[in-house]
Amino acid sequence: MEVQAAKYIGAGLAMLGMIGAGIGLGILFGNYLSGAMRNPSAAAGERPMLFLGMALTEALGIFALVIAFMILFV
Amino acid sequence: MAIDPMHQFAIHEVVHIDPVNVPGLGLVNLSITNSVLWMGIAALVVCGFLLASARGAVVPGRLQSLGESLYGLVDNLTSSMIGHEGRKFLPFVFTLFSFILVMNLFGLIAIPGVGAPFTATSQLAVTLTLALVTFITVIVIGFIRNGFGFFKLFVPSGVPWPLLFLLVPIEFISFMVRPVTLSLRLFGNMLGGHVVLKIFASFVIGLGAFALTGGLASLGFVGSALSLGTVVALTALEFIVAFLQAFVFAALACVYINDVVNLHAH
Repeated sequence: MEVQAAKYIGAGLAMLGMIGAGIGLGILFGNYLSGAMRNPSAAAGERPMLFLGMALTEALGIFALVIAFMILFV
Repeated sequence: MAIDPMHQFAIHEVVHIDPVNVPGLGLVNLSITNSVLWMGIAALVVCGFLLASARGAVVPGRLQSLGESLYGLVDNLTSSMIGHEGRKFLPFVFTLFSFILVMNLFGLIAIPGVGAPFTATSQLAVTLTLALVTFITVIVIGFIRNGFGFFKLFVPSGVPWPLLFLLVPIEFISFMVRPVTLSLRLFGNMLGGHVVLKIFASFVIGLGAFALTGGLASLGFVGSALSLGTVVALTALEFIVAFLQAFVFAALACVYINDVVNLHAH
């Protein structure tokens, strides 16, 4: 197999790591929304925590993206 | 189509300064590169904005209220994360937040006549430096506050002693990996955003050129228009991500400072 073909396959496989990040983000936002439905006045106080949790979870997906780019372009 | 989305991150020198021979490090290239230039411009913009918005008007104008809302955001963050001692760390956190915010936003604008600025935070060197500065600041604060009690950070209270042999190395490793995750999070978000924008933009041109061959390929115009719409939507997303990543960097710095400052209230 040529190197370039292996790089493409490797980059595609590396992106499978984003599955976990996607599931985690869905759980996070779903729980925030159900909590906001129960107690709308407290929702605004929790919003910074929502964004913090979102960025932390998204970061793990971005690590998978960085590995994919390293495979593809470096 | 040979698209190279990584070409936009190339560093080239703007002002060449001959390499200086530093004893111990060898030849150090001190020339002003485009990364250094735009970091300097970001620093000047932050200082200029703060000076311009520091008016004392009771009814604030737009610039002053923008400065006040940024200050209020970071003040809220430090006081909710660190507690009543949060004010002491506000300058550091605010510097991190505003500097990273301006550097992130520079990647999304185009200046008429100059072209596109360079996103300094898309360089791992820059984000790693910022993360290491935060990490070392947290360690220094920890040692000044707690002396050698700083190492109690790795020993959570209320844990049965046989479990500590497993827990302390895990805590230590997760502490040491903090600068890595901090830098990679910011770097990956900025890099990924710009690469995706470049790729979708290349779809616009590529599908348009394909559609010009006529016949059924005219559907390529639809795809080209869709790609253009996607580029616009992604740019809007990138504005949100720029702000969010700066906020998250500052918030995590507050969390780490809280860990070492409020060590005994764990």
